[in-house]
Amino acid sequence: MSETLTRIALRAWVVLVLLFLFIPMVVIFLYAFNSSKIEAWPIEGFSLRWINVTLNDAEVLSAIKLSVEVALITTVLALILGSCAAFAIHRTTFFGRDAINFLLVLPLALPGIITGVALHAFFDYGGILLSVATIVVGHTTFCIVVVYNNVLARLRRTQGSLVEAAMDLGANGFQTFRDITLPLLSTAVIAGAMLAFALSFDEIIVTTFTAGAQNTLPIWIFAQIRNGQRLPEVNVVVSFVILITIIPVLIAARLTGGGGTSRVPAAR
Amino acid sequence: MTVEVAGRPRRKGGGAVAIRSLFWRLPWLRTTVLLTPPLAWFVVIYIASLVLLLITAFWAIDPFTTRMIQAWNLDNFRQILNEPTYLRIIVRTVSMAALVTVTDAAIAFPFAYYMARIASRRVQTILFAAVLLPLWASYLARLYAWILILNHSGVLNWSLQAFGVPPANVAYTDVAVWIVFSYIWLPFMIIPTYAALERVPESLVEAASDLGARRWRTLRDIVLPLALPGVVAGSIFTFSLTLGDYITPVLIGGGTSFIGNVVYSNIGIANNVPFAAALAMVPIGIMALYLIGAKRLGAFEAL
Repeated sequence: MSETLTRIALRAWVVLVLLFLFIPMVVIFLYAFNSSKIEAWPIEGFSLRWINVTLNDAEVLSAIKLSVEVALITTVLALILGSCAAFAIHRTTFFGRDAINFLLVLPLALPGIITGVALHAFFDYGGILLSVATIVVGHTTFCIVVVYNNVLARLRRTQGSLVEAAMDLGANGFQTFRDITLPLLSTAVIAGAMLAFALSFDEIIVTTFTAGAQNTLPIWIFAQIRNGQRLPEVNVVVSFVILITIIPVLIAARLTGGGGTSRVPAAR
Repeated sequence: MTVEVAGRPRRKGGGAVAIRSLFWRLPWLRTTVLLTPPLAWFVVIYIASLVLLLITAFWAIDPFTTRMIQAWNLDNFRQILNEPTYLRIIVRTVSMAALVTVTDAAIAFPFAYYMARIASRRVQTILFAAVLLPLWASYLARLYAWILILNHSGVLNWSLQAFGVPPANVAYTDVAVWIVFSYIWLPFMIIPTYAALERVPESLVEAASDLGARRWRTLRDIVLPLALPGVVAGSIFTFSLTLGDYITPVLIGGGTSFIGNVVYSNIGIANNVPFAAALAMVPIGIMALYLIGAKRLGAFEAL
């Protein structure tokens, strides 16, 4: 009797937590279609008015363009560096392995403000002007780990025998890499890239400290909310950002079976 | 002899073959070549920045030109420790981080327990996806959603009114900061807790009940201790991310300062990098202690 009661209570708890997690996101999407200029609940009516206004706002568009640009360059750099690290760590057991794991996770585990202020001091001291390049450097630093995690997890599950078989059958190193290793890794690499893109696109704290006059989309959103300006447009932009951050993750989760997408290093 | 060597037929791509066989014979060389670019990135940029941050904390700025002076002194730290304002801010921030962590652990544990030990495979997959979405969905978007919910003409007050309850003015208070932090970091707690709970061997639970332990006794003496490293692993994130955040307090707080706010204003407005650096040492120091404690509790095996 008490067991079924516990079960019912737990199930009710799960439903409540799910409501808690998702109601705010639903509210945002409803507000994006608000016909009114005033941010009050319930919304006055549905219209595409503010979506139109937002799509014609040059400031928003240029912020989106910059954010995409930064996220793309970051993704490429993170892919190269993260894959290198994963290939190096894989199948080697040397003393520094745990240290490297720890080092790569550090920028995600430490508060963003630490990475931000540290990089700010570094650029300041080195006389490097803050620009798109410095934003990319900041973002790449914490994006490497998501590529690394995904590629490493896949390498561990991939059998070395396949590579050896290809070599035995006379394939040279490049052929083996192209025909065996790459196809086996591709989905993990794509998943890592997706996650790096999502992470970079939404980042604000590190960006604030590494950007000069550049306005990425999150910085634009922050400024508008803070000053209480153009909030109807913020509703639309923010809904768009939710989609941009969620869609890559859904794709990545499909490609990897969910394992690499936990963000918190928990599934090992 | 020399003629013979020179006349050896050379295969196309002989250089690549040589490098490959070298890598094959000397695996450490392959590791080194692959590891150099990412490690160089981390050491030259990230570690160097952190070290510089530590050093800068002992410098000062010229009050008139706001330029950094490399004069070694402890003034920044003295100021932080002597002025009650800063101590209050540190205590407030740490209390908030602790409160958020406890809140998230309390919300996450029953949820993760259901997910790991009661739900069917299919439900488990659905719930995992349901946690994954808010985990990755835009931070700013989720924060902004709460501004829309909590402000005085928002969803909350409208709902309260529907039940005949007087409106609550939650937005722009520390309570709002607590709610939003707990909301935003919750998935970071659920996932490691779930992973730890899933790893608790069924045989131990069965053995406990065979030996006559009741449900709660089994939970307290078997499941909870085994799942604790997972909860601690999650708490590293909830605690650390709250410690350094200034966005949420700025946008939905009641004007009270947290460590992050002070660091932020010292970089932006005051342009006092040395003082900001000294203040940034506080969360670093707290996190270092926290990580040592977490390691003792076995959280790193759960990571």
